[in-house]
Amino acid sequence: MIELEGLTKHYSDVRAVDHLTFTVRPGIVTGFLGPNGAGKSTTMRMMLDLDNPSSGTVRIDGRHYRELRDPLRVVGALLDAKAMHGGRSAYNHLLCLAQSNGIPKARVREVLDTVGLTSVARKRTKGFSLGMGQRLGIAAALLGDPRILMFDEPVNGLDPEGIHWIRNLMKSLATQGRTVFVSSHLMSEMALTADHLVVIGQGKLLADTSMTDFIKENSRSYVRMRSPEQERLREILRGAGIDVTPGEEGALEVEGEDAAHLGELAARHRITLHELSPRSASLEEAFMRLTAGSVEYHAHENHRPPESPAQSPAGPGAGWGADWRKKGS
Amino acid sequence: MSTPQSQPTPAHSQTQPPNQPAPAQGLPAPGSPAPQAAGSGPGITGPAPAGHGAAVPARPVPQRTPQGPPQGAAPWPGQAPLGGYVSPIPIRKATLADAVAAEWTKIRSIRSTVWTLGSMVLLIVGIGLLAAFVVSATDSTGATQTERVPVLILGIYGTMLSLICVITLGVLTMSSEYGTGLIRTTLTACPDRARVLTAKAIVFFLLTFVTTTVATTLVAVATEGIAGRLGAVPTAGQWLKATVGVSVFMSLVGVLALAVGAMLRHSAGAIAVMLAVVMMPLVLAMFLGVSDLTELRSWLLLYSIPNQLGVFYDVSAGEGPSGWDPLWIMTLVTGAALGGAYLSLAKRDA
Repeated sequence: MIELEGLTKHYSDVRAVDHLTFTVRPGIVTGFLGPNGAGKSTTMRMMLDLDNPSSGTVRIDGRHYRELRDPLRVVGALLDAKAMHGGRSAYNHLLCLAQSNGIPKARVREVLDTVGLTSVARKRTKGFSLGMGQRLGIAAALLGDPRILMFDEPVNGLDPEGIHWIRNLMKSLATQGRTVFVSSHLMSEMALTADHLVVIGQGKLLADTSMTDFIKENSRSYVRMRSPEQERLREILRGAGIDVTPGEEGALEVEGEDAAHLGELAARHRITLHELSPRSASLEEAFMRLTAGSVEYHAHENHRPPESPAQSPAGPGAGWGADWRKKGS
Repeated sequence: MSTPQSQPTPAHSQTQPPNQPAPAQGLPAPGSPAPQAAGSGPGITGPAPAGHGAAVPARPVPQRTPQGPPQGAAPWPGQAPLGGYVSPIPIRKATLADAVAAEWTKIRSIRSTVWTLGSMVLLIVGIGLLAAFVVSATDSTGATQTERVPVLILGIYGTMLSLICVITLGVLTMSSEYGTGLIRTTLTACPDRARVLTAKAIVFFLLTFVTTTVATTLVAVATEGIAGRLGAVPTAGQWLKATVGVSVFMSLVGVLALAVGAMLRHSAGAIAVMLAVVMMPLVLAMFLGVSDLTELRSWLLLYSIPNQLGVFYDVSAGEGPSGWDPLWIMTLVTGAALGGAYLSLAKRDA
């Protein structure tokens, strides 16, 4: 269990992390989500006592990290895939870490095997690809068979097969009763892995909720309708007791109605439709809305995320989300 | 105990070499399917292609119950039924000895150690032998019969030059960790800054001391053999100072470089500072020669590192440190620098 209380970090006059308070519980995968520069890595470095917080505390199973006598047995962390000396072999990199915590030598072979690096164990890490570095970092995290695991952007540089593997790894680690804390800037990735979500933007806590609740609150399917007779269409829908929200580019969005039913309704009133399309807002879009909101909410000191679907669904984020999917596929 | 990975997994990738035994800790191998107990709802990992956007359907996603015990027999060793995880690996408290072992692995597993120590030995032995041969061939040490000193002094050229290697290795031992980011891994594994620094200093000191002692002893014996007839017969104390004394002193200078590396966190910068520490007093003294500050000038000369090194060979430019004094002076300076390095490690973000 990791407990953060009022964790804050200033860099001269920039607040990288701003009063973060949340708890990472064992037995589940907790996703730590935020756009680039939101303060995720800084938070994780403070959790590991690499950076000193300006104020606030982090407790690992009730203790400060610096009080842990054999920390690799308690916390395994992957922070930076390249945090190793390029001139040292993968085996020796893990060996010196194992030795520093009194972990049996045999364990080095085991974790190398687990991450699939046995064949390059004696190679210097200088020649490793980002994905191989990532695997070695994961091996280092698993070395002490710790109760708590922290991964900072673990899927970076991994091939699809590797991504699939790390996803299953994290889930199985959590199933064993371990605390798994994983950061990402990809909502889609978290949707597949995490059971709980902690979202931050500009160092502030935006959401601390279970994945199921997040999906329930943010997934939203609707039918998009466009017509040259937009006003009449609106009147007719209202007349039929159907809620209409204005959408992008003058379109109308209707929730909770079947597209076929809406089409028939329009036909009965002889309204020409230019568009009748069932849509669903992606979690990525919900995440975009949430974090885009952090800018706007910053000025009002309001930390609540715009979770209600009544919020304009066609926020500036919608376009990015679609664009992102193209890049991510 | 049987692990789920022992079943054949046809989707194995190129990263998994053939005929691998199943991982003993029961973690899934790359590419192997997730164990049944992974707690994933079928609607989540099922048909969704890897890395794609999560368009969420309107229907509710199945609730996961990851905390619950997995179906069937527990496939994992050391599985706790609920809540915390208990590792099957025996736990014992990590000590300074563990940190020393780790640092020894680190320092011996990179090539720069071999290169710098190798060139150090080459410099000490090569230049020492060369000087001995030259002196022997010309049949003169340049000294009159009355002020004859042991020819052990011929070792000084090599040791003084090889200080550069010792300084480089000392600085790199610490600053290369900052350069590569390894320091964050190191401090995560051992958050006790004092222990990390102490272990590094111990390992570096011992390695340098042993190597230098071997090299200086070799040179001392060879020089006496080649040109001993031209100098005075060295006493036991002179033998000891020219070998062990010089080696301890040089190793201390190396630890000082290590501490400077820890404070500056930058290889080139720290090496430059250390070279300045060695050279500047001599350079300054040259400039002060024209002024009235003769006292300061002679102090700078006497306490410069090259002159202190000379004390071990019984050559000194005046009434400065003598005997074993340079050792105590360098121990104090290095100790202070290590204190500064510890403060820097403890207070600054890694």
